[in-house]
Amino acid sequence: MKKRHLNISILGFALVLIILLSLYLGSVKIPLSDVLKSIFGIPIDNSTWQYIVLEYRLPKSLTAILIGSGLSLSGLLMQTLFRNPLAGPYVLGLSSGASLGVAILVMGSGLFGGILGSAFFSKWSIIIAASLGSLMVMLAVLTTAKKVKDTMTLLIIGLMVASLTSAVVSVLAYFSNAEQLQMYIFWSFGSLGNLNWMEVGLLGICWLIGIILSIFSIKNLNALLLGENYAKSMGVSLSRNRLIIIISTSILAGSATAFAGPIAFVGLAVPHLVRQLVKTNDHLILLPSVLIAGAIVMLICDVIAQLPGSDLTLPINAVTSIFGAPIVIWLLVRKQKIMF
Amino acid sequence: MNEKVHSKNILKAENLSIGYKRQSESICVAKNIDFEIKTKELVAVIGVNGSGKSTLLKTLSNILPPLSGNIFLNESSLTKIDQKKLSNLISLVLTNESISKNMSILELVTLGRHPYTNWLGTLTTSDQRKVLKAIEQVGMLDLRNKSCDSLSDGQFQKVLIARALAQDTPLIIMDEPTSHLDMYHKAYVLQLLKSITKTSQKSIVFASHEINLALQLCDRIILINNGKINVGTPSKLIKNGAFEKLFPKDLIVFDQISQSFRMKIS
Repeated sequence: MKKRHLNISILGFALVLIILLSLYLGSVKIPLSDVLKSIFGIPIDNSTWQYIVLEYRLPKSLTAILIGSGLSLSGLLMQTLFRNPLAGPYVLGLSSGASLGVAILVMGSGLFGGILGSAFFSKWSIIIAASLGSLMVMLAVLTTAKKVKDTMTLLIIGLMVASLTSAVVSVLAYFSNAEQLQMYIFWSFGSLGNLNWMEVGLLGICWLIGIILSIFSIKNLNALLLGENYAKSMGVSLSRNRLIIIISTSILAGSATAFAGPIAFVGLAVPHLVRQLVKTNDHLILLPSVLIAGAIVMLICDVIAQLPGSDLTLPINAVTSIFGAPIVIWLLVRKQKIMF
Repeated sequence: MNEKVHSKNILKAENLSIGYKRQSESICVAKNIDFEIKTKELVAVIGVNGSGKSTLLKTLSNILPPLSGNIFLNESSLTKIDQKKLSNLISLVLTNESISKNMSILELVTLGRHPYTNWLGTLTTSDQRKVLKAIEQVGMLDLRNKSCDSLSDGQFQKVLIARALAQDTPLIIMDEPTSHLDMYHKAYVLQLLKSITKTSQKSIVFASHEINLALQLCDRIILINNGKINVGTPSKLIKNGAFEKLFPKDLIVFDQISQSFRMKIS
């Protein structure tokens, strides 16, 4: 028990370090002392620096924390709910739903005529389209979840929804012009740096709702480790529990995708990395560890994406995949099997 | 009649029909089932593959609704007991469940206290004591911090039994607790069940293919054969010749003297 608390403290310490690093690094070199002063509201000589830290770096770091921890937690919830180590926030087709929403908005304008003029492609319309897309997929999954008793079937339905939506996206892409296609592709690269304070606040509210729902599910998640029949025999209301977990996942993963675009592998890989570290499946310990580790991983990916010392920025989705995929493969090869 | 009221029945089936629904059509597996299970009894459910052992156990544990008839658990109707309350009365040991083995024995057995803990699952000292006692009862106290992933099938089966013991219910229902085990561990697990019923106030109902072992150990046997149910003590069923009709006679025959099935050697 003591050792696990130690592990969580180490994770927390690492998080603080990486937050400082992500605030420090950037295309403009600002001394760390001035970065800290700006955050705590102490005036510094260079007001441009203060502006960069407060309006650009801080919201970006917060976004990375919220999105990394939110996606990782939703991955953990999915892996336990489906008792499948390869489940992640994508299996329910949530991100493909968001992609479909954005694809229809951006590339469907040719089909729908002048109503969706190019001036309409504001950031907010993309966020709304992504939210509507994942909400629709979530409602479809919830409706099927009521009819289908077997969670494995639900998992397969999620995969089918994903391939269906990607097919529609391909059709839309085929009929759209180069400019629209580029816009969609840029969205699908993902980005952490586009959020202002109000948007960060909105993302934070969604994140908080998802976390609170998950905290109330901790006990039942532990029972689900034994499978649905055992959980039921121990007094767990399966359908209600499943509903809460799916809603929580949808809010966490849906809001992350809406604000930052699709970000791959974080939700799948982080819970497995944490299990290697804390060596338990007790969600009371896993949940906080996964939240912290998710934030750390996302911040590291963001630091790498900025390519310190250069003015270039890599697409965040590519960075998470480049690091996430080898981790999953390493777990499969090295550990022979990955367990949920 | 008077005597029946006084002897403690934990479970009672009355004119029960069991089966399952397939595409809104009910398929009856067995009907006219009447039996009682008393406190501290070890009861085996025996029948050939596909005879309806699992259906009976699922009906008794309220996973499947009965087609007709009544089941009484502690003298109240089973179908009217809510899921929460039922978790204090019946615990299960199942086979072929997708269980996460990525936890220690202690953690898995601790999950048995789930119905009694608060919303965060915090254990009281009495919970912890019951968990340790359950692990001790299956003789795995020294191994309690070992990962379930490293256990043999027999050891893991004992862990699952310990989890059911930690749930501390008057009735434990087990679906084939001895499958996948070698002969020694089959005997070991059944002896363990016997000693649990003798030393605690618990009754155990289990499905098994181990007829020879069950006949030597069980207080009562529920024999399912072609939709008919035969209930009684092992000696009564043997006397009635109930086992002779269980299997086709070309390969194995029931030997009254050794009270077991023997290979037919021609």
